[in-house]
Order: sequence, then C-alpha cells, then structure tokens
Amino acid sequence: MKCRICGEKASVNMREHKLALCKEHYLEWVPAQTERSIKKYGLFKHDEKVLVAVSGGKDSLSLWDILKRLGYQVDGLYICLGIDEGIKYSVESQRLAEKFAFEHDLKLQVVDIQKEYGESIPQITRETHRGRIKPCSVCGLVKRHIMNRIARDNGYDVLATGHNLDDEAAVLFGNTLSWSGEYLLRQGPLLPSSLGLARKVKPVCRIYEREMLAYALLRGIEYIYEECPFSIGSTSIYYKELLNRLENNRPGAKLSFYLSFLEARKGGLFSEREKIQAELHSCSRCAQPTSAPGLCSFCRMMERINPISVDENEK
Amino acid sequence: MVKLILRKQEYDVRPGMTLLDALKKNNILPEGIIATRCDELIEEDEILKDGDIINLIAAISGG
Repeated sequence: MKCRICGEKASVNMREHKLALCKEHYLEWVPAQTERSIKKYGLFKHDEKVLVAVSGGKDSLSLWDILKRLGYQVDGLYICLGIDEGIKYSVESQRLAEKFAFEHDLKLQVVDIQKEYGESIPQITRETHRGRIKPCSVCGLVKRHIMNRIARDNGYDVLATGHNLDDEAAVLFGNTLSWSGEYLLRQGPLLPSSLGLARKVKPVCRIYEREMLAYALLRGIEYIYEECPFSIGSTSIYYKELLNRLENNRPGAKLSFYLSFLEARKGGLFSEREKIQAELHSCSRCAQPTSAPGLCSFCRMMERINPISVDENEK
Repeated sequence: MVKLILRKQEYDVRPGMTLLDALKKNNILPEGIIATRCDELIEEDEILKDGDIINLIAAISGG
C-alpha cells in the first residue's frame, strides 16, 4: 500500500476516506483535519486560551500535541482520581501527563481529588452509593465540576476534550437506542458557554480512535495503555465493538452515522425540542449552574462526605 | 511461524499470508487495532514473514 501523496510505503490506511498515507504525510494530515474541524464548527480562535483535559491516554495527549503544533495557546489539566485497583492507574496516568508536559514545555495544572476533597473517586462512590458498584457516574460528575471550575477560575475561554469519533458514535448509538432527546440535543463538537458553564469543544471528534492511536504511536507519545479498571465491560466499549463490526463491513459507517446526525440536527430534526430550555440556577455554594435551586449535584454529593472541604475548595 | 500478540494473548499463524488474513483467521477486527513490527506500523496488505512478531495494539479505550 502506497502513500497517496508521495508514493512511499503507507503507514496508515483510512478505509473510510479511501486514503493511505506514509508517516510524514499522516502526521501532517491529522493536525490539518483537526484545524478544519476547529474552523468548521467555530470551536475557538488563535487568540483564545484553551484548557485541554488530559487523562494520560492517547487521545487527550495527542490532542494537546496537535493543538500545540497548530500554534494554539493551550494548557493542560490533569485530575487525579485516586484510582489504583492494583495497577496504580492514576499514579501512572499522572506521571505520563507530567512527562509529556515537561518534554514539550507545556503548562499542566494538577487537581488531586483526594488532597482537595479528602476522598478518592472509589471512596466517594462507596460512601455515597451514587455509583452503586462502579464509580463511573461519580467520576463523570466530579470531572465535569472540576474542569468547569478550573476553566472559569483561571480565565480560559474554552475547555477541550479528546473525544474521538468512536467515542462520539458510541454515545450517539446509546442515546439513539434509548431516544434520549435531551442528550441528543446537546451532543456535538461544540457546547457553547452558558450561565457559569465554560464552552466545551471536541476538536478531534471526526478522527477515528484507531487513527488517534496511530498518531500517538507515530509521534512517539507515551500514553497509558491500560484501561481504567472500572471501564472493563462498560456499555460504551461494547457499543464501540458493535460499531467496529459494522465498520468492518461498511467502511465509513461510523463517520456517516455521526456526521449525518449533526447534519440532521442542524436541519431542524430536533427543532421542536430545542425550544425547551431548562431554567438554570446558580448553586448556593459553588455558584456553578444547576437545574434546581439550592446546591448542585456535586455539592450535594460532597456534603455527604465532608461538608467543610467543599466550602474551602470552592472559595 | 508468525506470532501475533494482543494484550498478552498470543496467536500463531503461517508465514506468507497477509496481515488482514491473519487477523480474520483469529477473529480480530482490523478496525480495533494498529499492528506494528519492530515498532513500525504495518497495514493490512503486509505479507507476514517467518519469524515475524506482530504487536497488535488495541485502539479502544474509554468507559
């Protein structure tokens, strides 16, 4: 298989684009595609400050690398969740995020849940029973809260995450199976800022997960290969595997599924529902937006753990 | 023989077949992996040679 541009041996073949590229041209193609998405969806501009949520995984580290190469003002945020489960998952993730930041002369802000709130994610889950057995819902709630707080308090214009096309297609698939209208309305490359909420963007949402992996490998980015121990057997991974079976028989199916959804929504498929706007209130403790008056769900949960620490951190 | 390694699991295949055929034979979806040989990325049409050790790196992550 030859590179379409130079005719040298191809390193990556993208069947959905009928495009094979060598290492050199692939490493140019990915940032160019990302820039195209940033412009197409109006995600952010070069004079804006971007905060990238970095997990130590291939997608977020690659996104950070791409945005730096494209010349954006971009800092990183690592949230230490305190997940060990015998493989020191959080410790290793943090090490890799810090290593990348150091080697690329980038600024990384670290928030340690255990130090700030006195409990790790698994401990919070056990004490609140919010996540029952798996802590994924607690983890999501805590990460969203902290990402928004750090973006807001440090003057970032936009919060970027490394969600790739497979992530987006899997979420879309799940929301479509259950016809979760409210979630379908909000899913997309851009979630504009609103009362107390930072703008959220997904610049690599059109790039396949396999291609993000190829980018990380070809750029020599060291990332955490191990899965989060709590994600094993998760529904989202099951959906990804199902979609990959579809993709195997019909190259481009995942991309078409996601892009057709975005086009359909833009064309007014959900216009009636879009008129319904939930009224947002300001949390009486942390001032972040919440759907009901009083405390937001994060502060309600943390109050059950340690009433004092929340107040101190949210000042 | 050729050895494929995916998340510590090993699969033996005959030399002379393409990577794609080797993956199919072992029910591994090419969409879910990147294959490397001596740290170089290889694609589906690569002919596997006797003694090759092919690392299959899983792409799927998340939760």
